[in-house]
Amino acid sequence: MNGAGLVFYGGILLLIAIGIWGILSRRNLIKVIMAIAIIETGVNLLLVSVGYISGRSAPIVEGDTGIGLVPEGQVVDPIPQALVLTAIVIGLATTAMALVAAVGYYRKHGTLELKSWSYGITGDREVKK
Amino acid sequence: MMERSTLQRSLPALAIALLFAATVFVAFMEIDFGEARVDDEGSVAGDYIRNGTNQTGSANLVTSVVVNYRGFDTLGEVTVLFLAATGVGALLSFIRKDDEKEPGKKIEPSFILNRGAGLVLPLILLFGVYIFLHGHLSPGGGFQGGVIIASGMLLYYIANPGKRGAHRAFSILESSAGLAFIGLGIVGLMGASKIFLANDHADIGEVGMLLSAGMLPLIYISIGLKVGAEMTGLVERMRGEAS
Repeated sequence: MNGAGLVFYGGILLLIAIGIWGILSRRNLIKVIMAIAIIETGVNLLLVSVGYISGRSAPIVEGDTGIGLVPEGQVVDPIPQALVLTAIVIGLATTAMALVAAVGYYRKHGTLELKSWSYGITGDREVKK
Repeated sequence: MMERSTLQRSLPALAIALLFAATVFVAFMEIDFGEARVDDEGSVAGDYIRNGTNQTGSANLVTSVVVNYRGFDTLGEVTVLFLAATGVGALLSFIRKDDEKEPGKKIEPSFILNRGAGLVLPLILLFGVYIFLHGHLSPGGGFQGGVIIASGMLLYYIANPGKRGAHRAFSILESSAGLAFIGLGIVGLMGASKIFLANDHADIGEVGMLLSAGMLPLIYISIGLKVGAEMTGLVERMRGEAS
């Protein structure tokens, strides 16, 4: 693997690791949802960077165009980009659902702090109402 | 029992997260970064790149994939978005039922926000429409344009907390745009190729012009209106309008 790949894959996986760490160690529901959003961003970046081809541009035909123009050898893979477009929208929808669930949790428990079913089941402090 | 400190909770979580990242990284070592895999014979992406512009007339190859080659996927995506918006409304109506008596306190917006939103809102809406009208020519498309429109409406609602939103009008717009999307797909079904969302019966025109790419701009306009109306509805529901 070349240097650019190390930076991209390494950095993106670090981002995903930050998200996983956030889910496991944070107790505030809003922070957990933010961590999930960070993982989503990381996965989207990972997909786009898998489709990247060195020295090529976005998959859009530009300049003096017309029928018969084939951008072969000039553009990166369009399929991961289309896939990520879908994933971003689905991510938005699931985040909205998660936030509404957080509203419900707050109404029921009077707090956004997660209780026993987060990390650290034993020895938890009592959540203040 | 003893109280666990933040560090005690963080360290095992950090170990798990780094272990996960390292495992995936080892798997990704096999995938060369920046390698031209699409040029191989028989590669689906290579086929889309070689034929996409000529078959669909769209200068933006991502649009040709999203709206034409994988148009059915996009219909599914729009359905998921619709389900999420409906689910948010349903959950909020359950949640809100028992605390009608204590409405949240409203914060009056500042003068700058109020006036500024009035000035900027038409430009944001125009930009959103521009993005989804030019989805087949430039980066962007129905989803992006729709979300820009919804963010403009969010600004409007923040600047005018007392105003009632036109919830009914938005849900009518959303439903009719969704039906238009399916209708355009059925028009494709009636064409020569008998494929849902096909584009080959339409005149694809000159690539790079606004009026080109056959059905693709029409489909993206309907997606843009649907997503815009849907996201605005989502914002309205979260604001406590339509419950």
